[in-house]
Amino acid sequence: MKGKVWKFEDDIDTDQIIPGRYLVIRDPKKLAKHLMEGIDPQFPDKVKKGDFIVAGKNFGCGSSREHAPLALKGAGISAVIAESFARIFYRNAINLGIPLLEAPGISKHLKTGDEIEIDLEKGIIKKDKREFKFKKLPEFMVEILKKGGLIPYLKNKNW
Amino acid sequence: MSMTISEKILAKAAGKKEVEAGEIIMANIDVAMMHDLTGPLAVEAFKKIGSEKVWDPSKVVVLFDHQVPADSIEAAENHIIMRKFVKEQGIEDFYDVREGICHQVLPEKGHVVPGDVIVGTDSHTCTHGALGAFATGIGSTDMAMVLATGKLWFKVPETIRFEIEGQPKNHVCAKDIILYIIGKMGIDGATYKACEFTGSTVKNMTISERLVLCNMAIEMGGKTGIIEADEKTIEYVKRRSKKPYNIMKTDPDAPSLESMQVNVESLEPQIACPHNVDNVKPISEVEGTEIDQIFIGSCTNGRIEDLRYAAKILKGGEISERVRMLVIPASREVYTKALDEGLIKIFIDAGAIVCNPCCGPCLGGHIGLLGPGEVSLSTSNRNFKGRQGSPESEVYLSSAAVAAASAIKGKITHPNNI
Ligand code: SF4
Repeated sequence: MKGKVWKFEDDIDTDQIIPGRYLVIRDPKKLAKHLMEGIDPQFPDKVKKGDFIVAGKNFGCGSSREHAPLALKGAGISAVIAESFARIFYRNAINLGIPLLEAPGISKHLKTGDEIEIDLEKGIIKKDKREFKFKKLPEFMVEILKKGGLIPYLKNKNW
Repeated sequence: MSMTISEKILAKAAGKKEVEAGEIIMANIDVAMMHDLTGPLAVEAFKKIGSEKVWDPSKVVVLFDHQVPADSIEAAENHIIMRKFVKEQGIEDFYDVREGICHQVLPEKGHVVPGDVIVGTDSHTCTHGALGAFATGIGSTDMAMVLATGKLWFKVPETIRFEIEGQPKNHVCAKDIILYIIGKMGIDGATYKACEFTGSTVKNMTISERLVLCNMAIEMGGKTGIIEADEKTIEYVKRRSKKPYNIMKTDPDAPSLESMQVNVESLEPQIACPHNVDNVKPISEVEGTEIDQIFIGSCTNGRIEDLRYAAKILKGGEISERVRMLVIPASREVYTKALDEGLIKIFIDAGAIVCNPCCGPCLGGHIGLLGPGEVSLSTSNRNFKGRQGSPESEVYLSSAAVAAASAIKGKITHPNNI
């Protein structure tokens, strides 16, 4: 995966990712039109398919609204890289098939506009000649991501 | 092996004798709750799995509280989707627009008993741990898995145990205690952990006050809030539920337990300032801040005790001309009690607007939104940027006592100064 970085701060909450007034919307593409509107109303026009979001600690804190990762998905964000993630957001994003990469210390090294490349298998983020490691995901989460999310993953299982 | 309450409940739910923090388990779910805002996505995801019937309709609870009555065509459509789902699945525990906020209605209607595993598509589902259950918020896709299979995976959390001691001063409420703790812990200080509340102060609290503590565990990142069930819990539960229950207790030597002592004896009322819940200050530092809107309600502080407290302060008085005040009882039961006790009249006489039981401005998606530059003092649980309307508005959080006193003065006011 290759793409451009959009950089955010610590403690980005789900009200900033997708404000409460848009939660009546269910279509990912329509939600994407309001992605990050709580921080930067122009963001939906700037972000492109394949871009990455990079943030500090505790990304996605607050409500359990799956509209937040759904908006990221609708905008075509290929992964979110952060120092750490809030718990419910973490599950929700993986369940929708969005890779979340936990890389302590990363926000010092990347800024908006950087071009980076990610190797999911090896657990490496590359910028120019530099390489940064991210924490490998537990195996069954990798399985879920490979299948494209929890729903396709469940389809082939017997419970 | 010694275990915490959370570990014991999860072990039981996974059909195991013991579990350890960090272990990933598959738990059987006792109650699955959805509301009007996040339910439709769960229903959509459930249909995508290809399942036709939910695993056990008697364990599913559906209620409408976020946008009631419907305030837009989209909200009305969401209600239609959920009503249809409830009907086709034979879900009997369905509370349409009239009943109130999920985290009040669930315990009130007897859906929460000690020892259960409760999941809900709402982050404040952790509230229900106040009755000794393991309760946590999940997303819509997780809920789809629960609806299809009755199970969900969990990473067994470690526990932080807050040992709260001391007799709080006059006008210091459960809300002040939890805000104080969140201020100390930070917004991610308990991420992935179970937050257990114990100690003599908690023992002396009413069920409503305990619900306040657990409600806000998520505001420091907690996976659940939890309180050991005692006589008060059993008394509350027996009046409302016929379900069997299991009382679990934390073994003090459980390896995954970390303890924190909190003494509340000299605590002042606390205020969370914009724009983070952990930006907590004692009231003396922000007293006098001018307010445009006061909101008493939500799943944190919209219960009868909160309304009684506010009414006691407002009785015979009038709210300041510079504020508008919204009072929203958390449920129909709370509303009727408040009517019977004459509280509603006190609010209206004082100049407040009393709305039907719902979330109201709490999430900034329904009524009572703030415009640019406006400031709100709210008894709810979140003050993130834009949470109650315009991204240029500000939200302060307090107890109902401080909110009522502040309504009279039009600025943040200690109830002692009324
Ligand atoms: S009152 Fe607020 S926090 Fe509680 S469930 Fe409703 S929107 Fe969520």
